[in-house]
Amino acid sequence: MAIEVRIPTILRTFTEGAKAVDAKGATLEELIGDLDSRHPGLKDRLVDKGALRRFVNVYLNDEDVRFLGGLETPVADGDTVTVLPAVAGGSR
Amino acid sequence: MRFDSLIDSVGRTPLVGLPRLSPSQDVRIWAKLEDRNPTGSIKDRPALWMIEQAEKDGLLRPGCTILEPTSGNTGISLAMSARLKGYRLICVMPENTSEERRQLLRMWGAEIVSSPAAGGSNEAVRVAKGMAAENPDWVMLYQYGNPANWRSHYETTGPEIMEDLPSVTHFVAGLGTTGTLMGVGRFLRERVPGVRIVAAEPRYGELVYGLRNVDEGFIPELYDPDVLTTRFSVSSGDALRRTRELLSTEGIFAGVSTGAALHGALGMAAKALKEGERADIVFVVADGGWKYLSTGAYEGTLDEAEERLEGQLWA
Repeated sequence: MAIEVRIPTILRTFTEGAKAVDAKGATLEELIGDLDSRHPGLKDRLVDKGALRRFVNVYLNDEDVRFLGGLETPVADGDTVTVLPAVAGGSR
Repeated sequence: MRFDSLIDSVGRTPLVGLPRLSPSQDVRIWAKLEDRNPTGSIKDRPALWMIEQAEKDGLLRPGCTILEPTSGNTGISLAMSARLKGYRLICVMPENTSEERRQLLRMWGAEIVSSPAAGGSNEAVRVAKGMAAENPDWVMLYQYGNPANWRSHYETTGPEIMEDLPSVTHFVAGLGTTGTLMGVGRFLRERVPGVRIVAAEPRYGELVYGLRNVDEGFIPELYDPDVLTTRFSVSSGDALRRTRELLSTEGIFAGVSTGAALHGALGMAAKALKEGERADIVFVVADGGWKYLSTGAYEGTLDEAEERLEGQLWA
């Protein structure tokens, strides 16, 4: 099961410059864990104390995961996950 | 339909079905054609309501000066009303907004003050607030915090949708001042159990993004996240692609922010289809495509158009 994860410029040091990488998992949390196993350090930039970091926005098929189920949001093959630094009004 | 004056003809816009873009008989998408307002955008509603509220409150008298931070459409709407009602209008707008908008504003007699492109709408708000502080006799209607903005949609746009489509299940609109979503959202939530209120916000290129960080944290005073069910972030590429799809499949010539709203509507439609739910999804066509011709949004390949749109504010 492959899910495309789009990485913002600021975090591409973890992905050898790649704009998008593939990852696996049934939930966003599993997906981020899988990402971290191949790109160590990435998880720490996205997650803090079991929740998404305040200045990070994550979108599942362009939909803000904070309105879906946060880290528990189910993900599936063919989905696209986009990571972006939060800007004006970016977080609730 | 007959009206006593142009101002009286604001609102009562058509709601049209999109038979080709709707995924099934049970999951239907409907476009609320706000480009059919007198100056060609949804902003005619809040502009008129903000002016008339200020008149009722005794803030505005003929000859007064109105000041407003606006990336275009609200300014154009205010300019029309201001001209007919006898007010002077000064608009503060980011320097990277399209030339057509500037010409339209000047046509209706508005004066334009440019704010640096780098700060986007946030910077325009900051500049306008500074000017208002220096000129206490000017009236800043301030669409980002003026309750008459969302009231206009609560009193007009929402009821129109309810009257035309009582089976509505979703409402999707762009997220700017948040007035449309707050007003229609509150109205529908009071009447339609389980209605989904969906925001589609522009995701600008990283250059614009990085610079917008300067003003990180600007959230319109009108914004209440509890009114929303969910929120989509739409890239310039997707917004363009959907804008063109709307034109090629359904014949609707809309501005680029409409493509973003359609992207959110189609996202919700796909989910409803997958869940086997019935859906009547209304999305807002905020304006027509005329004011964006010079951006090159409708010419050449999508990649070319996306490149041309880079660094421009399209919503």
